[in-house]
Amino acid sequence: MSMNNQGRVTAPKAITSVASESFSGNKALDQATKLIFETGSFNKTGIDFPEPKGIKYRLGGLEQTKNIELPGLSEPETLRHYVRLSQKNYAIDLGVYPLGSCTMKHNPRLNEKVARLPGFSDVHPLQPIGTVQGALELMYELSNWLTKLCNMPAVALTPKAGAHGELCGMMTIRARLDADGNSHKRRVFVPESAHGTNPATAVQCGFFVDELPANDKGCIDMDVLRLKISDLGSDNDIAGIMLTNPNTCGLFESDIIEISELIHTAGGYFYCDGANFNALVGRVRPGDLGVDAMHINLHKTFSTPHGGGGPGSGPTVLSDALKDYAPVPYVVKDKSGRFDLIEDINDISMGRLCAFHGQMGMYTRALSYMMSHGSDGLKQATEDAVLNANYILASLSDLMTLAYPGHCMHEVLFDDTFLENTGVDTLDFAKAMIDEGYHPMTMYFPLVVHGAMLIEPTESESKYELDRFIATMRGLANRAKSGDIKSFKAAPQHSPTKRVDETLAARKPVLRYGS
Amino acid sequence: MRYLPLDNEDRAEMLEVIGVRNVEDLFGCVPKEARLSELIDLPYHQPESEVEKHMTKLSNKSISASSVPFFCGAGAYKHHVPSSVDHLIQRSEFLTAYTPYQPEISQGTLQVLFEFQSQVAILTGMEVANASMYDGSTACAEAVVMAKRVTRKHKAIIAPGLHPHYSLATDTLASSVGVDVCILEQKISSDYKVLDLIDDETACVVVQSPNVFGEIVDLTPIAEKAHLHKALLIAVFTEPVALGLIKSPGEQGADIVVGEGQGIGVGLNFGGPHVGLFACNKKHVRQMPGRICGETIDAAGNRAFVLTLSTREQHIRRDKATSNICTNSGLCCLAFSIHMSLLGGDGLRKLAILNHESASLLATRIDKIKGAKVLNNTFFNEFTVKLDKNAKDVVHSLANKNILGGVPFSRLSKAGPKDILLICATEIVDEHDIESLCKALEEELR
Repeated sequence: MSMNNQGRVTAPKAITSVASESFSGNKALDQATKLIFETGSFNKTGIDFPEPKGIKYRLGGLEQTKNIELPGLSEPETLRHYVRLSQKNYAIDLGVYPLGSCTMKHNPRLNEKVARLPGFSDVHPLQPIGTVQGALELMYELSNWLTKLCNMPAVALTPKAGAHGELCGMMTIRARLDADGNSHKRRVFVPESAHGTNPATAVQCGFFVDELPANDKGCIDMDVLRLKISDLGSDNDIAGIMLTNPNTCGLFESDIIEISELIHTAGGYFYCDGANFNALVGRVRPGDLGVDAMHINLHKTFSTPHGGGGPGSGPTVLSDALKDYAPVPYVVKDKSGRFDLIEDINDISMGRLCAFHGQMGMYTRALSYMMSHGSDGLKQATEDAVLNANYILASLSDLMTLAYPGHCMHEVLFDDTFLENTGVDTLDFAKAMIDEGYHPMTMYFPLVVHGAMLIEPTESESKYELDRFIATMRGLANRAKSGDIKSFKAAPQHSPTKRVDETLAARKPVLRYGS
Repeated sequence: MRYLPLDNEDRAEMLEVIGVRNVEDLFGCVPKEARLSELIDLPYHQPESEVEKHMTKLSNKSISASSVPFFCGAGAYKHHVPSSVDHLIQRSEFLTAYTPYQPEISQGTLQVLFEFQSQVAILTGMEVANASMYDGSTACAEAVVMAKRVTRKHKAIIAPGLHPHYSLATDTLASSVGVDVCILEQKISSDYKVLDLIDDETACVVVQSPNVFGEIVDLTPIAEKAHLHKALLIAVFTEPVALGLIKSPGEQGADIVVGEGQGIGVGLNFGGPHVGLFACNKKHVRQMPGRICGETIDAAGNRAFVLTLSTREQHIRRDKATSNICTNSGLCCLAFSIHMSLLGGDGLRKLAILNHESASLLATRIDKIKGAKVLNNTFFNEFTVKLDKNAKDVVHSLANKNILGGVPFSRLSKAGPKDILLICATEIVDEHDIESLCKALEEELR
């Protein structure tokens, strides 16, 4: 036993686990956290206000006379509540977050700082145009970066998330079709590997979905597409295609130029889901592939933080064929260098997608990210993202089973063949990763692959982190194959919360306190 | 490049493991004609200091709300947000987490969502709420589409007084799924003409209160008429603070309540990001769009939270989903929830009273100005003024005097009257601000 010179024990004795329930419900740093409804009360507050003057109300007799039963907390209680809760979350700042298709990259703090500058964060959307010139200039600059990176002539900034950008693009396509007297064209091709938002969006825009199968290489089966188009003859109802590129298997659709030509020849438009643009920035421009519309997830590719599920931002670049049909508002610059906001809908615009002008707070962060990287850094980031994914692919493909042979782009897709007859499934494997201190990869998506595991490391991971991650994945794969399945079935054991009963939540929904 | 951890030595080692000569080989699947050989014509990378300098320069070109007497509302409201809110939402564990797909390591976000849903349900007087929408306008559009699903009917009536941007956003979305959207002509007074239009074909009637003119609408008679025809009342609000003083839409018979939550916890942000609130009653919950968090237990029997009822959603139902939404406004609903926890019910009421008093003082003072007339019978913290001059010109002149004096109605609706000014006074407005505005208005209208 080692002691310091006061005789105090400085190294712990080996002990067998004597874990018992604590009296407090806490487990050291993991603090039990009740609901605010269990600790606060409606007559407590953490904000000091001046006393009201007692002026007569002008509410037309609709005054609320009952107590509003919202719990209040003092400021120290509030800080503790939310700090404790925060410690029950995994985060990019804590470790590798390899969620495929989600692009969990580093969020530079400079971006948080500039987004809070008063000329962006503390301006009202309906102030006179002359008082918001800086905010409009920023939107104009952002548009310039996005259109140049995409080689597309225009961008609609307002969509508030990726799926909202999909709506923007598909409604713009519909507006163009209708303007040309083609309102019978309502068929949209969607590959079966697509994100669920694609078919959902197509239907919300009044289209119907014609699903395209994948070939054995994980890309669109061109024979099927060619046949579908040539079969139509005079009943041509093709509105377009919604295609993710690279696709959700992490592969570049190598027939993309022929696809674009086929769709255009049939009088349709090419919508590209830009969720995976992080694989292309600075190396491939969607405009060079014949894309007519593509949303860009600023919260993925350009690193505006995911914030536990939003806010997102989905500016949508548009081709010459579609740009006149864009939604309002948009920024223009006149000859004198003054910026203006076009807010009134003209005859052909597809309309308005939301109140005001979109996600200013995301525009500032994304522009700051792009300026920091520059054209050189953005290209390097893309290359590093692709390099990191291929490094994982190369380091794991002898133990885990690749869904499709060959290199990948920015994310690598494994299936669950390597777990066959082990008794361990993709879910168990994912939960075991939690015990190893990792956020699991995207699991069971895309649907075209059995027990899919989609790993996207992004460019933000160092080689050191990748090597540790790879060693862990190899350890887990070997453990599963060796028949040691108990630790998988019980996983996660080290997380503050154990495996959660999702069935109970859905069968007996408890969606609020006191219900 | 400060954000990229790999160096050239790492890259070389990794390429060797992969078994390719250079990174070009990894892009071999890209058609040759689409491969860029040169850098895109945009500036090179810049140090933090340079980017910050540029951004500060741009920021300084705008007049911020806190720097001048400020009276703009009409869908976005300037309130004081306690410092702890912005501090807490910048904690890495909230800021840099994804949607809580793995509940065992996302209980922080999930409990916040559960508490948020509970707060929104209580605030609106409804049974359940979802984990937020993009903003109030898109929540409104989704509510109309939901009403079509619930009632299997196609007609939506938009009552006068709905924020024109909300009407347009609703029309854009709902029309495309076959809803017949009838938008009634804007007017300030609630003469309930809308009651005559509700019939058996009606899926929903959409009513904002306080409406875009600031007028408070009694929803009860509209709810009664709607229910008679098996239609839903969708109640809309743009200022959540109003619900601290006005009877909740749930108590007035609303079936779906949607609104903008920005006024609590979230800054103006030039219009976004904001946070959409969406509440309804239990029997319709399976038709509700958006993420929903529910309570359950974990393997150790302890309370836990998880995203639930996902069989409504696009990633399961694909083309048969209730909506294509997969993002909520996560960090903004966290901000809303923290601010609301600091307020508490009594604090919210007090904040609401202070808002109402600011606006009342201003309205009384404006009514004394020759050439200006307050048109409202009722209001919360914003109201409508008819001017003897073009409101846009007046607002311009006020801005030249460093006063942000409200929103001309014609800014929201080109076809609308030119002499109408929407003015808002929240708790941040003091007597000096009121005097500055009124003196300047007197000069303009002289």
